Amino acid sequence: MSASNARRPYKRPMGGWWRKNPYFVEYMVHEGTALFVAAYALLLLAGVFALGRGEAAWNSWLALLRSPPSLLLHGVLLLGFLYHTWTWFNIMPRTLPPILIGGERVKATTITRAGLAAALVASVLVFALAARLAS
Amino acid sequence: MKRSNAPIFWALFGAGGMLSALIGGVLVIITGLAAPTGMGLPGDTLSYAKVLAFTQSWPGKLALFVVISLFLWHAAHRIFHTLHDLGIHAGLVARLLCYGVAAAGTLASIVALLQVA
Repeated sequence: MSASNARRPYKRPMGGWWRKNPYFVEYMVHEGTALFVAAYALLLLAGVFALGRGEAAWNSWLALLRSPPSLLLHGVLLLGFLYHTWTWFNIMPRTLPPILIGGERVKATTITRAGLAAALVASVLVFALAARLAS
Repeated sequence: MKRSNAPIFWALFGAGGMLSALIGGVLVIITGLAAPTGMGLPGDTLSYAKVLAFTQSWPGKLALFVVISLFLWHAAHRIFHTLHDLGIHAGLVARLLCYGVAAAGTLASIVALLQVA
């Protein structure tokens, strides 16, 4: 599909289509959590690089992490991640193949609740591990 | 017939999405809020010695590698397909911007983690 295509086929304009329907606005917002996930991964990566450059570089990175803008940024990232968790497990019943237990299809709400419960348990375990490693 | 590479990218998207849905939030709390402020975790959690010891260990390196790379592949795949929904269609530029960043970030994380010897 190059600009020199002589046919110039009609392309329906797509500007802002999703803003007209709350369902699609929500879709764009939950897809948008990917930006938060990417930003957090890049922050971790920057931290590992700082660590590799020695103690002085790490301490400057740590000072940055302790600054109010960084705390605010991580607060916003946390909201993004929580929304990602919520939507991920809400969508999961539709992305999984049907699961049968005792011949009955597992209900969508059961799958969502199990996922959210798993996230809670995993988060508590990870925090406990971090506390143990730090002590 | 040429085999599609789509399942690989989808699997990385799914794995990263699941990992970030399970523990992404608590990781942000640990590394970005609790540890820097000393609220809920010891104040020296992110001291050079402690972070160095964690990152020098192979389990620590593996954990960081898995989180950084899977989060990036998850985000890349999702952003790539959302660009399509926004009218920016699957071209080489969109592909390079999304999967290229994830691939570069994965390589960079290997380099960075191995630098912490």
